[in-house]
Amino acid sequence: MDLAEFLEVLREEFDEIPSELITENIDFRSLEGWSSMHALILIALVDNHFGVLLAGEDLKSVSTVAELYNLVQNKLN
Amino acid sequence: MKTRISHISYHLPKNILTNRELASILKCQEKELDKKFGIISRHVRNEGEVGSDLAIAAIDNRILEQKSEFDFLIYCSESSDFVAPPTSVNIHRRLKFPNTCACFDLPLGCSGFIYSFGVASALISSGQANKILLLFAEIPTSVIHSEDYDLRAIFGDAGCAVIVERTDSEFQSKFQYGTDSEGLKFLSVLDSRTKSPINSNWLEKYKNERDFLAFGRMEMNGLEVFRFSIERVPTLFKQVLEKHDFTIEDIDLFVFHQASSLILRSLQKKLNIPKEKFFEYFENIGNTVSCSIPIALKEAENQGKLKEGDKVMLLAFGIGFAWGGTIIEWKKLD
Repeated sequence: MDLAEFLEVLREEFDEIPSELITENIDFRSLEGWSSMHALILIALVDNHFGVLLAGEDLKSVSTVAELYNLVQNKLN
Repeated sequence: MKTRISHISYHLPKNILTNRELASILKCQEKELDKKFGIISRHVRNEGEVGSDLAIAAIDNRILEQKSEFDFLIYCSESSDFVAPPTSVNIHRRLKFPNTCACFDLPLGCSGFIYSFGVASALISSGQANKILLLFAEIPTSVIHSEDYDLRAIFGDAGCAVIVERTDSEFQSKFQYGTDSEGLKFLSVLDSRTKSPINSNWLEKYKNERDFLAFGRMEMNGLEVFRFSIERVPTLFKQVLEKHDFTIEDIDLFVFHQASSLILRSLQKKLNIPKEKFFEYFENIGNTVSCSIPIALKEAENQGKLKEGDKVMLLAFGIGFAWGGTIIEWKKLD
């Protein structure tokens, strides 16, 4: 799954957030309505699509979707 | 000797905490809470109501009629009426069970149904019992601080009664259990007992809480509990299938501990379980800890989702971290 496809998955999952706001460089914590529940959904999505189970520390170390995607790729390699 | 679940009855306290009430406290939209938790309302014990009250309220006439036939009364709960004797003894006394019915407690949480059912099955299979009454009573709201909103939204109180007895069926349920004790750091109610008894500072700190939170305060790291669930349960799923020499296609219905909508949804997707075979029942009761599986089984039968001979996978997981799983062959409840 490339970054563009990952963004599509996020847009579909977070359908309460306007899709144009979900871009590779958006700081996802800055999105209106972002909550701890969204962080759990992100962990589930990454686990489902990449087979990587992120830790809380992993999530804390990234801010944007692109950074998250790169973190996952690094774990896969 | 094989065992079957022959009867289930349950009770929910009359008090209901709705998302409307929670939303007004949190000053947010009711719909946000509906979506966030997948739970619309949950039941909360009445003032002074204890575990034995909910367990007794769950016992219907069908069970009372068989009172003289039970070899054991097993009470599974994290909420005991006293330090000693066991709460099962208090229930035995209150309902005047005969002295041929022995009692003991199992102080387990969300995994409690599988452990209790497993112990009951072992007692029956080894010839030590023919019929056992399992009682579950959960009052998690008694250890939740009024400002711990996520916990208030997720958990609900309930009582449940289950009869397990001998059967001539050929099907043998096999059990898988496990514990990751590092989970103690992430989900616990640590205070109020001998290790760290409550003191005057505690009473002062929680003077505005119901009962001064004197039974302890639940603490949960939601992220770690979630990670545990989506990491551990798939392994348990595989082990339980292998123990029975089954594949996913052999299972007619999956009834997991009703932890939260997000955990259930994630597991259903991760395990590729068809939605129509994945039973959920928590929208109006929340996570009722050890009561969640037997309540879901009862509702699945009520809704016509279970028929004679169906193979049903039961998986439970939670505080400890502890987990357990089995597969049962469904027999219509008495």
